[in-house]
Amino acid sequence: MFRYTKLTLLREVGLWALALLFLAPFYFLVTTALKPDTELFTTSALAPPTSPDFSNFVDVLTATGNSNVVMGLVNSLIITAGSIVGLIALGSITGYVISRSTRRWSKGAYYLFLIAIILPGQLGAVPLYMGARALGLTGSAWGLIVLYTGMLLPLSIFLYANFFRGLGTDYEEAATIDGASKSQIFSKVVFPMMAPATGTVTIFAGLIVWNDFFTSLIFLGGSANQTLPVAMYYYIGSLVSQWNSIFAIVIVSMIPILALFLFAQKRFIQGFSGGLKG
Amino acid sequence: MTATMQPKSEAAEAPRRGRRTPGAGQNTRSRGRGLEFGHWWWALPGIALVFAIHYVATGIGGFFAFTNWTGIGSFKITGWANFEAIFKDPTKVGALSNTLFLAFGSVLLGNIAGLVIALGLNRVLKTRYILRTLFFMPVVLSPLATAYIWKYIFDFDGPLNAFLTAIGAGDQAKPWLADPQWAIWTVLVVLVWSSTGFAMVIFMAGLAGVPVEVEEAAAIDGANLWQRFRNVILPAIRPAVAIATTLGIVQGLRVFDPIMALTGGGPAGATETLATQVYKQAFALGNFGGGAALALVLAAIILIFAVLQQRLTRSNPED
Repeated sequence: MFRYTKLTLLREVGLWALALLFLAPFYFLVTTALKPDTELFTTSALAPPTSPDFSNFVDVLTATGNSNVVMGLVNSLIITAGSIVGLIALGSITGYVISRSTRRWSKGAYYLFLIAIILPGQLGAVPLYMGARALGLTGSAWGLIVLYTGMLLPLSIFLYANFFRGLGTDYEEAATIDGASKSQIFSKVVFPMMAPATGTVTIFAGLIVWNDFFTSLIFLGGSANQTLPVAMYYYIGSLVSQWNSIFAIVIVSMIPILALFLFAQKRFIQGFSGGLKG
Repeated sequence: MTATMQPKSEAAEAPRRGRRTPGAGQNTRSRGRGLEFGHWWWALPGIALVFAIHYVATGIGGFFAFTNWTGIGSFKITGWANFEAIFKDPTKVGALSNTLFLAFGSVLLGNIAGLVIALGLNRVLKTRYILRTLFFMPVVLSPLATAYIWKYIFDFDGPLNAFLTAIGAGDQAKPWLADPQWAIWTVLVVLVWSSTGFAMVIFMAGLAGVPVEVEEAAAIDGANLWQRFRNVILPAIRPAVAIATTLGIVQGLRVFDPIMALTGGGPAGATETLATQVYKQAFALGNFGGGAALALVLAAIILIFAVLQQRLTRSNPED
């Protein structure tokens, strides 16, 4: 009975209209970024540029100092990749142990991670900053990787732990019979099986770390190792209502994540809905 | 940012699941033997890191909620004075009501929009996957970038006013973000825009689990569209509703980045929320004790609503 009827076509057309309206902000983003300074205030905000101009993008990519976008891009990549590696390594093994162990402490640890996700970050931010400074973790990409790993670890552990709950121990038993050691079982049998959970962790953690502004603003404060959002923030801070330049850097900052999303959109969306169903 | 809270509902649900159905095979078999295929100390680095970064830091922060510490130097323990000050300060009480308004407003509108789109995309549509991708796009953008785009749209010389002028409603044009009455609605629009795609995806996953036969049977029995939605689809996607709303509420209560980039809490505190106030008190105004107290209040509110929400949406008979 669910056939493609005229009504379905109407629904499809309606949704396309809605989608175009919904994505109108992207139209303004692109058209404004392509306007040269002279057109910015003379043309209507709704109109596309009469003579599109890429000089705003050149300005953005050649900016130096605090707002060095290319540096920010590289730093963001390093920090995001490092945090993802840390979260996969620590999250998978911790999630595995606490979901497989039947000892009482493992349930306690589970709640420890559960509550950690709800605690608002601001409460611990100042003590954390002082601790990180004492340990020499501020101002460097390494420090931020450690911080992000710690901050997002409860999330990662949960995704892994919930994945294990639905998994029998047959493969582990078989590997034991074949004479594998405990660490071999984990690295050669268990870890490869967790690929879906690893995918979800990568997407969540990657998105959060890549887009995060507040943490890197505080913990990288003043150093040359700015991340992309911070570089964008400083760059925009020096502009007043120069929306063409502002939007050029906004576009540059969102291209990597948007490209990745469009490339792997199925995986992204499955990660989001799948990670939630547990 | 949207993703930050994802596992929360899952978190809240998982241990309960574990308690109610303890015998999912291996649990019972290895009970008493602890961990069979690993070493317990493998979990130590993870536990230590979470303990230090979340509990020790938050604990210290929580302690300072009861002091008059400025962030540097010495301090005195002042008991509940910081909390009393919160409820006497109209800005902070305003921040509290703004926070609740934005959290509930964005959850309600974002979820309704997400559900409507998900229902629209459900089944037989030829381009449903392209449309799904398009509607989901705002979710992957950074809150900072999103806020800058909308800041321009709501700018006095921006597209919204240009549009109003173009359709002959130029007298309605106003500086939206600087208008104390309208500023909070602009924030709400931005929050809904960036969360709709997320709700949609959750609902689409939920809808995919509704068997076609049941829907067909209801249709053959003469149930109209609304009855089919109310009696067949809605009960089936209840878990999806629970997840999407809980995450939305928790996420909405913490809203920070978009507000800082859009309005900075202004004009005249009209869009101030608990999270922006915590930041301003603790980091900008050198009132760390007061900021910590406010953060504690925020934490308590988040906890209460997260638990409440779980209870409400999960109280179905077979649970």
